Amino acid sequence: MQTQTTTGPAPGLPARGGVHADAAEDIYLTLTVADQLCGVPVLAIRDVLGVQAITRIPLAPAEVAGSLNLRGRIVTAIDLRCRLGLPPRVEGHRGAMSVVVERDGELYSLLADQVGEVLPLPRGERAANPVTLDAVWRDVSNGVHRIGERLLIVIDVERILAIG
Amino acid sequence: MDDLLADFLTETNEGLGALDAALVRLERAPEDMATLSEVFRIVHTIKGTCGFLGLTRMEGVAHAAENVLGRYRDGALRVTQSGISAILGAIDCIRGIVAALEGTGAEPAGDDSALIASLDAIASGEAAPAPAAPIAVAPAPVASPPAPTVPPVTVAPPPAALPPAAPPASAEPEPGGVNAPPQTIRVTVEVLEGLMMLVSELVLTRNQLLQLSRNGADSAFAVPLQRLSHITSDLQEGVMKTRMQPIGNAWAKLPRLVRDLGVELGKKIELEMRGAETELDRQVLELIKDPLTHMVRNSADHGLETPEQRIAAGKPEAGRIMLNASHEGGHIIIEIADDGRGLNAERIRQKVLAQGLATEAELATMPEREIQRFIFRAGFSTAAAVTAVSGRGVGMDVVKTNMERIGGTIEVRSKEGRGTAFIVKIPLTLAIVSTLIVEAGGERFAIPQIGVVELVRVGGEGAPQLERIKDSAVLRLRDRLLPLVNLSGLLHLDSPAKEESAFVVVTQVGPHVFGIIVDRVFDTEEIVVKPVAPILRHVTMFSGNTILGDGSVIMILDPNGIARATGVGAESGDGEAERDGKRQAVAHRSDQRTALLLFRAGDATPKAVPLGLIARLEDVERERIENAGGRPLVQYRGKLMPLVPLSGHWEQPLAPERQPVLVFSDGERTMGLMVDEILDVVEERLVIDGAGERPGFLGTTVIGGKVTEMLDTAWWLRQAGEDWFGHSAEHEAGGGRRILLVEDSAFFRNLVIPAIGAAGYDVTAVADAEEALRLREAGLSFDAIISDIAMPGMDGIALARALREAGAWRDLPLIALTGRSDPADIERGRAAGFTDYVAKFDRAALLESLRQCLSAPVVA
Repeated sequence: MQTQTTTGPAPGLPARGGVHADAAEDIYLTLTVADQLCGVPVLAIRDVLGVQAITRIPLAPAEVAGSLNLRGRIVTAIDLRCRLGLPPRVEGHRGAMSVVVERDGELYSLLADQVGEVLPLPRGERAANPVTLDAVWRDVSNGVHRIGERLLIVIDVERILAIG
Repeated sequence: MDDLLADFLTETNEGLGALDAALVRLERAPEDMATLSEVFRIVHTIKGTCGFLGLTRMEGVAHAAENVLGRYRDGALRVTQSGISAILGAIDCIRGIVAALEGTGAEPAGDDSALIASLDAIASGEAAPAPAAPIAVAPAPVASPPAPTVPPVTVAPPPAALPPAAPPASAEPEPGGVNAPPQTIRVTVEVLEGLMMLVSELVLTRNQLLQLSRNGADSAFAVPLQRLSHITSDLQEGVMKTRMQPIGNAWAKLPRLVRDLGVELGKKIELEMRGAETELDRQVLELIKDPLTHMVRNSADHGLETPEQRIAAGKPEAGRIMLNASHEGGHIIIEIADDGRGLNAERIRQKVLAQGLATEAELATMPEREIQRFIFRAGFSTAAAVTAVSGRGVGMDVVKTNMERIGGTIEVRSKEGRGTAFIVKIPLTLAIVSTLIVEAGGERFAIPQIGVVELVRVGGEGAPQLERIKDSAVLRLRDRLLPLVNLSGLLHLDSPAKEESAFVVVTQVGPHVFGIIVDRVFDTEEIVVKPVAPILRHVTMFSGNTILGDGSVIMILDPNGIARATGVGAESGDGEAERDGKRQAVAHRSDQRTALLLFRAGDATPKAVPLGLIARLEDVERERIENAGGRPLVQYRGKLMPLVPLSGHWEQPLAPERQPVLVFSDGERTMGLMVDEILDVVEERLVIDGAGERPGFLGTTVIGGKVTEMLDTAWWLRQAGEDWFGHSAEHEAGGGRRILLVEDSAFFRNLVIPAIGAAGYDVTAVADAEEALRLREAGLSFDAIISDIAMPGMDGIALARALREAGAWRDLPLIALTGRSDPADIERGRAAGFTDYVAKFDRAALLESLRQCLSAPVVA
């Protein structure tokens, strides 16, 4: 069955000064895609789902993992690994989590290996994309945040969905 | 009762209800112009409609009331209580008449002269003596109800004082007459659509529940679930009914159309319509309206002969067009038949040959039915002459596409000399579809039942066996050879079906029957079709997706798409899909052979470019290539020529000793394209498949059995210099003048548009002559027309004739763009009305021709 977490104040978050939106802060949901930390603006997210049964769609672009049923609506699943040019999940991985976003009235699910936490990040700290960044990434990224030791890529949902 | 009258009564009742309230409001606030205007408008409408329907008594009363209101509105008269009372009296009188109309369908007899006289008196400004009495009575009743409820009762006194006018009327209504009358309410389509959607979802949920209860043995739910299921079905049916409309609605305009056509064409035509009461979903109805009209038009124009011809053929003088609609198990069958001359198989054959759609040998083996189906090809018209009515080759292909779009099919039956019949089969509704669930390659798919003829189990014991002719699987079914398509292969699924034991879904698309091999067959299920996400629209194999009873998502196969993909009954040709904007999936066809230069660059895939575009082929020594600002250049004929590497990168040390270069030249400038190897020059018919489009290439084509990429020359020229097409002088040449380009081949369109567009012309391009004529009809204006000669359907010569014959474009310069250039052809073109003849690819000549044609006022 579906495991569902609604967005909003996510449970079990580290107390990083609360999750209230400051004018100078953007709130992101962090995801991991093949060890790369990514952030999706929380405001763009409709749902976060656990591992789902996904129907494959033959002849669809490679990035399209298939479609799934979200409470009676059909959601097209986009494999972020494939979209970002990363290697496919190894056999035996427990399956991808779905981060559901909406564009033009259609629902899309971004498949990530793990869904992390909700983080408010100061807008001022966002760095522009490094010029050497891979072209595909540069296209879908809105900038980079430093989170401790790791770098978080800010995902532009519009661009991620621009397939084909 | 007459429909018109019923509508009028419904409307008038609504109006009267509003009037009572508004009048009372007006009386309280005489200065309220908005209310006054509203009252005036309603009364005016009622008056106008009665006049139209010939309801003289009602009209007289309404007219008198309107006069008074008009004076109020103009400010010529102050709103008085007595005036309002009189108007209310008039309204009661009207209400009485309406009630009688509802009861009997006719206006009751009665004398309103006193009422009208008192209204007229008020209108003329006198505080008329007669109304003086009612004033005393009126205040009480009108003022007493705080809200304007039940006005008929409260206002009754004044009419009583205004002698006999109203009483007979208000006495007439039969019991329940006033409030019960129209047993219909008007609901917006949106509400119905919303309901429909909810019911669709309910059906899905019901299916899901049923599936659950089937799996579990929890009997406690079984009975209520069964009830829920029944109720849901009834509800679904009920809601569907609200959307149903008789097909006669779509036919309503046909008798007039046929009559006018008959006059125009000088034919006697009888139109017979049967089954007009057959109901179908209004959405479907809307979609088939135009195609039906088109087919009737076609029958009248092409199908039926002139009276003389008919008499000569021993037929009755008047031709007959017959429409027949009927239900057949969830579908509706519409037949459009005429008893005219029938399809001329010989002419179709010739046309097929002329257009290169099939060879003589293929035609010889084709049954007549197959040959007749060529009329559904894009741009295929056998009409010898283009008439004002039809015969422009638009038509049956569009009709077929429209029918297919709603999951329908179309067939043609024709006997030469006896007549033609088109048989259309369409689903009753688009919302809910009955499908067969199958499995192939480990995935489940839904196939709409409309196309499924039968299911055959193959490979088992005693079951029929699959056979192979070379690589294609076939099935012998009752002595018929059935072509087969393997679904998992078609959809590129990993595990192809083990054909030894499989199922064949025998499917019919139009007259074509073929089998789809699947691994397993499950149940049938009623599903609600949902459109696929926009990023999947280009996958034409699916018509939608849905959620099954078990909650999983399933793709719905489109039998038409499968037929197209496999080449079974592939009439769905080039033009029609392009009109849909689905360019990438379609092959572009140009019937001429074009000399192509084949070369290799970058990767192993051969590339091709029309030879005519290339100025020269050169071998440049490596040493001569210089590097300026990171871009390779070569001194060539005393000038610097930029070189563009087709592979994307170029490094001098790695370059071969002698670098093959394709030189493109345009007036003063030249540009070189560096390639790895020049392979060959071939003559090929260009069929470009735009599917694998990538920058720099128009698409792929097959040459000599090899997939070959077709170079997008314009794109590469842009790589060489920013302003390759941007001569400032030429920009002035065009001066934004509007050019219409008629060219069936997308390849040449892509060449010509940038070429002349860059010279400052405003180019509009269309894919066929019919489209051009449509633009003319639509009233667009151009400064010049450039047209291809050899086009499927109506060719350039015919277009020129049609343009020169009449119409707004008859004096426009007309330039022929052609590969044929022998003098006889040119002469033929000139005779047809072309102003000038230019060879394809010759950009300079084309621009020069445009310049000349546009500078001198040309009249052909």
